[in-house]
Amino acid sequence: MTKTSEYRVIGTRPIRHDGVDKVTGRAVYGADVQLAGLLHGRVLRSPHAHARIRGINIKRALALPGVEAVVTGADMPDAGDRVAELGEGAIVLRHLSHNTLAKDKVLYKGHAVAAVAAANPHVAEEALGMIEVDYEPLPPVMDVQAAMRAGAPLLHDDLITESLGKTSGKPSNIAKHFQFKLGDAEKAFALAEVVIEHEFHTATVHQGYIEPHSATAMYNPDGNVTIWTSTQGAFTARQQVAELLALPISKIKVVPTEIGGGFGGKIRVYLEPVAVLLSRKSGRPVKVLMNRADVFEATGPTPGSFIRVKMAADKSGRLTAAQAYLAYEAGAYPGSPVGAGAMCVFACYDIPHVAVDGYDVVVNKPATSAYRAPGATNAAFAVETVVDELCEKLKIDPLDFRAKNGAREGTRRADGPVYPRIGMIETVEAARQHPHYHAPLGGAHRGRGVASGFWFNIGLKSSATASVNADGTVNLVEGSTDIGGTRTSIAMQLAETLGIAAEDVHPVVGDTEMVGYSDVTGGSRVTFATGWAAYEAAQDIKRQMIDRAAQIWSAKPEDVTYNAGLLQCQTDPKKKLTFKELAAQLHATGGTIVGRASVDPPGVGGAFATHVVDVEVDPDTGKVTILRYTAIQDVGKAVHPSYVEGQMQGGAVQGIGWALNEEYVYNDKGVMTNASFLDYRMPTCLDLPMIDTVIVEVANPGHPYGVRGVGEVPIVPPPGAIANAIYHAAGVRLRQLPMSPPRVAKAILAAAK
Amino acid sequence: MAKVWIPSLLQDLTDGNQVVTVPGSTVAEIVTKLEQLYPGIRGRLCEGEDLRHGIAVAIDTQIARSGLMASVAESSEVHFLPAIGGGQ
Amino acid sequence: MSKVHIQAKINGKDTELLCEPRQSLLEVLRDELRLTGSKEGCNNGNCGACNVLLDGRLVNSCLVLGVEVKGHSVTTIEGIAGPEGLHPIQQKFLEQAALQCGICTPGFIVAAKALLDRKPKATEQEIRHWLAGNLCRCTGYDKIVRAVLEAAR
Repeated sequence: MTKTSEYRVIGTRPIRHDGVDKVTGRAVYGADVQLAGLLHGRVLRSPHAHARIRGINIKRALALPGVEAVVTGADMPDAGDRVAELGEGAIVLRHLSHNTLAKDKVLYKGHAVAAVAAANPHVAEEALGMIEVDYEPLPPVMDVQAAMRAGAPLLHDDLITESLGKTSGKPSNIAKHFQFKLGDAEKAFALAEVVIEHEFHTATVHQGYIEPHSATAMYNPDGNVTIWTSTQGAFTARQQVAELLALPISKIKVVPTEIGGGFGGKIRVYLEPVAVLLSRKSGRPVKVLMNRADVFEATGPTPGSFIRVKMAADKSGRLTAAQAYLAYEAGAYPGSPVGAGAMCVFACYDIPHVAVDGYDVVVNKPATSAYRAPGATNAAFAVETVVDELCEKLKIDPLDFRAKNGAREGTRRADGPVYPRIGMIETVEAARQHPHYHAPLGGAHRGRGVASGFWFNIGLKSSATASVNADGTVNLVEGSTDIGGTRTSIAMQLAETLGIAAEDVHPVVGDTEMVGYSDVTGGSRVTFATGWAAYEAAQDIKRQMIDRAAQIWSAKPEDVTYNAGLLQCQTDPKKKLTFKELAAQLHATGGTIVGRASVDPPGVGGAFATHVVDVEVDPDTGKVTILRYTAIQDVGKAVHPSYVEGQMQGGAVQGIGWALNEEYVYNDKGVMTNASFLDYRMPTCLDLPMIDTVIVEVANPGHPYGVRGVGEVPIVPPPGAIANAIYHAAGVRLRQLPMSPPRVAKAILAAAK
Repeated sequence: MAKVWIPSLLQDLTDGNQVVTVPGSTVAEIVTKLEQLYPGIRGRLCEGEDLRHGIAVAIDTQIARSGLMASVAESSEVHFLPAIGGGQ
Repeated sequence: MSKVHIQAKINGKDTELLCEPRQSLLEVLRDELRLTGSKEGCNNGNCGACNVLLDGRLVNSCLVLGVEVKGHSVTTIEGIAGPEGLHPIQQKFLEQAALQCGICTPGFIVAAKALLDRKPKATEQEIRHWLAGNLCRCTGYDKIVRAVLEAAR
């Protein structure tokens, strides 16, 4: 089932089905939605990083001509103590509610406090300025280590530290403690021959999608509400709105528009409940938008962190022990991905003695959300840097070291489970053989670095329905919003199964009324799980096509074969029909054929990547130029190689930005001072060379076509690889992200003394 | 009988034992058995009738989507892990 | 605020519209003319998602006021393809898989057209320099640059 060139569609590069709409500007994204009578909504946000709200006066704003409705936290129902399961994890409803519109406290600069709907967006902005909020400012705490100390300002009086069901008793900014242990790390360190230990700091970083959030809601007098939104999950958005506004799910329809990037940041709702409240109050449809500063200050960036990593090896280069302390900033409400970080930190290596402690800590920053392999990049930066230092001390080539110590089938992870068939070693081998690794790197201040990375990938639930048209094409409706071309990779799996061309499948991303429940587009799950749903729907069609042909031929279904889109009667081989020919006869022989599937597949395959990078460091300015970059990754099976390459390149470049320039810069009042694309510096095409990719295919035995998720792991290795390259170029090891020019220059100057 | 790996934070309840062999054909039966052997452990893993929010169970190499209701084979390994999602 | 009457050539067609002096060209295109192909990414000229051609010159339409185009000619992404079909740049973007979420694509295509109209055989370095004002977060730019190079051949 997982042989390479035996596929006709899988592995080819058809033009994506939604391509023409996107290159002509016709595709409709969230902010493009147009409705008759539309009002424009804008959100008022806290200027303070931490404050009590003593009162809000909306009278003047309501009186402004053109203003149709104003809402505040008082319009949100009381969430009580409920915890909602939202498919991507549980969330305390009260936290989600207060984050949407603050109740009695604001916990970060930019925290939403009120919203206005008006006939004109400029009038709505004016009205915001007329809302009077009486704040009592409180001291903010902006750093994870400061927040963990006794006496730190507390964000929540009711937050106590929880360690797997045991609670601490007194209020704290530490929400959770995770721990994993394997063997006896303490003893192993005591016996170790080579030990390296260091501390690392990383800053808050944003997913940086180019499309800001938006939501349009139309609340009908019969209580039915329709929401148009750019979301990574129409069904999770529906559920969140239902829980937050105490509305039945059956009354809510979410229509996912095209989405301009997500990377994990468009799973949680921000504007949807606000749009619904404004629409209900005004009796008109309302479109609420965020501007770029709002996106930085008030959505869900990924945590800054403090990490300590200690690793030990014997003189032959075999890792014997590893220990990590991970403290991640959750932002205003608990829920950082430190658990995932703790599970991923040593996941690339086979180490018999491991101890990991992870802490989820609140600080006065926006509540963090998932960002592509959430939690893993911070941890990998630390580990891959320590590994590089071990290699230097042991005088072992870094790829040889990874080949010797890399995780493989049967390796036990620190958090317990044993790996099934995985491709870590294969990516290391591919790096070892790649011309990049052996290309001479001449010139001053130039260096080469490598790093590896891991991400779990997830499965979760997806549905699909497919109907056969009389001309032999197939309409495929699935529920996974498409942020990177997945409607095509899903259509290709259906086409492969049926033996038809990819162009003969018309994929559509359905709304919550059109298709069965589907979990979010995230976790690198769509090509795997929704592809599986398409595969099963195709199998359903095949069975029915076989029955229909048997009926037409007066034969038994057991005597009809279906191969490569051709049906044939075994007892009378002259009787054969192509898929197209049979499709043309369906209406006359009982009606069209519809296949359906709903899956929750097991068999998820984890993904590994190894990256190689060459840099040049300017010793005077500290600027780091990427000279050459090669991303190598095990993808299981590349359904559409161009889009797999694209995921690897895009993830690598986000990692490069994370490594070299991106960070939230806060002043002493807890206000972000660089909330724009000018000063929050993401890579441009002038900053980069071509990004070479190598697709390694170690088929996932748990998927019909061997698919592993590909989207997330490419962001994990870059900061570590670049830190190592900088060391080999300039002789300094940086242990703080980003490794921006001032930091690199300072380190070089300090080393020269 | 399945091998249950006890999270390190709960090993003070199991006399320091990291791996405990326990009979049971579902995770729920295993948890019941664990509670008989080590009182108090159930309250750490579960809240009411379900696994605590934020806890997932893996059987051998895969996360078990049906949580407590998941079936466990004779030679399986059972692990309790943080429930994680993902971005993209 | 009272509206101003504007006459301009939009994608080759004589067009009349009313707009407030405080509306940017981007707002006018999207909200008054329903040409939503140009996107708002940042509203302060730092991402290029709102790129249009003003009398053939590449501009960020979020930094131009609607009233400024009176008597001028504007080309948006909607005016790039012709009745005969897609522009070669658009075709190459599709063939090279130079888009993932597609939100930055209109801006890139307009900007690339502005470059190739001036420098039909642009090199990789010239392409990267010219397109440095267009941010993409999905692709890492590799396939975008290759698509423009292909269109330049």
